[in-house]
Amino acid sequence: MAHYEAPIREPLILGDKTYHDISNDIAAPVEGKANKWWWGVFTLALICFLWGVGAIIYTIGTGIGVWGLNNKINWAWDITNFVWWVGIGHAGTLISAVLLLFRQKWRMGINRSAEAMTIFAVVQAGLFPLIHMGRVWNGYWVMPIPNQFGSLWTNFNSPLLWDVFAISTYLSVSLVFWYTGLLPDFAMIRDRATKPFQKKIYSLLSFGWTGRAKDWQRFEEVSLVLAGLATPLVLSVHTIVSFDFATSVIPGWHSTVYPPYFVAGAVFSGFAMVQTLLIVMRKVSNLEAYITRLHIENMNKVILVTGGIVMVAYLSEFFIGWYSGSLYEDFTYLSIGAATGPYWWAFWALILCNGVFPQLLWFKKLRTNFTVSFIMSIIINIGMWFERFDIIVINLSRGHLPSSWTQFEPTFVDVGIFIGTIGFFFVLFLLYARTFPVVAQAEVKSILKSSGEYYKKEHH
Amino acid sequence: MHWLRIDRYYSSDMTIVKGKEDGSFGSGDFFDAMSHPSDAPEVSFQPVMCQHCNHAPCETVCPVAATSHGQQGQNQMAYNRCVGTRYCANNCPYKVRRFNWFKYFDNDQFDYNMNNGIGKMVLNPDVTVRSRGVMEKCSMCIQMTQATILTAKKEGRAVAEGEFKTACANACPTGAIVFGDINNKESLVAQKAEDDRSFKLLDFVGTKPNVFYQLKVKNKQEA
Repeated sequence: MAHYEAPIREPLILGDKTYHDISNDIAAPVEGKANKWWWGVFTLALICFLWGVGAIIYTIGTGIGVWGLNNKINWAWDITNFVWWVGIGHAGTLISAVLLLFRQKWRMGINRSAEAMTIFAVVQAGLFPLIHMGRVWNGYWVMPIPNQFGSLWTNFNSPLLWDVFAISTYLSVSLVFWYTGLLPDFAMIRDRATKPFQKKIYSLLSFGWTGRAKDWQRFEEVSLVLAGLATPLVLSVHTIVSFDFATSVIPGWHSTVYPPYFVAGAVFSGFAMVQTLLIVMRKVSNLEAYITRLHIENMNKVILVTGGIVMVAYLSEFFIGWYSGSLYEDFTYLSIGAATGPYWWAFWALILCNGVFPQLLWFKKLRTNFTVSFIMSIIINIGMWFERFDIIVINLSRGHLPSSWTQFEPTFVDVGIFIGTIGFFFVLFLLYARTFPVVAQAEVKSILKSSGEYYKKEHH
Repeated sequence: MHWLRIDRYYSSDMTIVKGKEDGSFGSGDFFDAMSHPSDAPEVSFQPVMCQHCNHAPCETVCPVAATSHGQQGQNQMAYNRCVGTRYCANNCPYKVRRFNWFKYFDNDQFDYNMNNGIGKMVLNPDVTVRSRGVMEKCSMCIQMTQATILTAKKEGRAVAEGEFKTACANACPTGAIVFGDINNKESLVAQKAEDDRSFKLLDFVGTKPNVFYQLKVKNKQEA
């Protein structure tokens, strides 16, 4: 099973781990008790979540007017948050599907948590298209469900409808892919469980996995097929999200560069979020041997590449807008008008967070440093949020007719819902970290003897 | 079909006087003033309602097809189909759609004469009161169009020129707004549309509006 790997390559598993050590390490958070840090962070996340729930109930009960929107800027934080969360999800799929097809072994230490992040992020994303509707109780009308209303049907021309299909496909494929990978690991926890209730739960979750050769063969085949299905989704989902803007007639939105640029931005922000989560998680859950400096460095390299693509897109948008000679293009989110207008702070937050600061990762010393990587990931998360805010709010605030130029100011409800989804995300992730095998241990075991530090030394 | 004469709207000549005093006007160079409005500020009143585009950006983006094109060429809004995504309003280059952010009737927080029976008597009985969370827009008084067409149909005749007007055309004392059938070449609105001064707002966007404006021509020498 273990292919030979040159000793000069950095090991993916540190220390002199045995197969049994790996089982112990991965099962430890599930079998042990939560410490006070976990409870502290969980309580904080839960409070944020409940605050968000309150804000959502208030919105649905009173009207969208409780947000800071107006008749010119009809989307702001709602769709900003939607695109931000969807984008974050992309890293999980890229790591687990695309890197599987490219046989990148380093994905094995991080794919489980990255995919969990994908699913939890898509859950947050899915909330916004729902709650941004004026009449959310009629939201099911966007589904092409046979009905008794007459000849009513959905409008297949609408990019919002494409979103419905793109996001739901993405969520379901990601969920199935994630769950398939989990089966042998759930079975491992089941086999170790001593408490009858725990054994019962993990028996159900592992779908009766027995670990026969046939099980493994099917597992490998299904993983490959699902990776093949999920790979186009990495490209398609954010392409379709970008169509919400690209197919419109609004200056700044109407732009053919959006699909590739959105996909690159999504991967960029997604990897940043994986960094944010895993740099903390490797410490808290004692996974330093599995999530190593090399993993962090590799992800930083992906961030550099996708960040570069995003920056090229910014520059070309800026240039083409100016080069077009159109007065309307002077006020789009990447223009002199935006840089010096009332949203100058949002414009510069975008340029600094996404364009300037990530360039520090060219230095090996910095991109292999955990603290720097963590801070950088937070900066990129902020920058990518501003990217979507700028695209939506700045462009809508400066339309064709100057008489409809206006400003947007968020209310406490806008803020509350955003904070609420961050809380919800962390509630899900923290529960996951205590109940799921957070590293794909079955996969990691398959590379122990080729990429483990101890075995690499022995070969010498 | 709408036709608007901007020059028939009242506008104050205070700005022109001021402009003359501080020297920003008076060059007499009309085209310069047109191309650099900020150098020569003047105020013209230009009402912008729904332009009832024949190639409407709002219609394609609605996921539930709540806004569509009517037989007479209007862009129509089916309020009870709207789920309130507000995508149509975002994609409107004229920004003429209005959203019901709150429930505005039977709500003490708003005083729009819709909180009691007496107050509601000012409301047009031919038009539904829209609920919270739906988009609305100028319908070009579709209820009057329909009533006129049905009356003509019952009487077995064609709709006559000038038989009905939109409420705004009715209300305007200077006749700045004209409503009519563009397909009837004899109608006033069809002649106005052919006029050299006729233009469509933001024509380059490709929305093919059903509303025409007439360029305002100013005599700078005598102003």
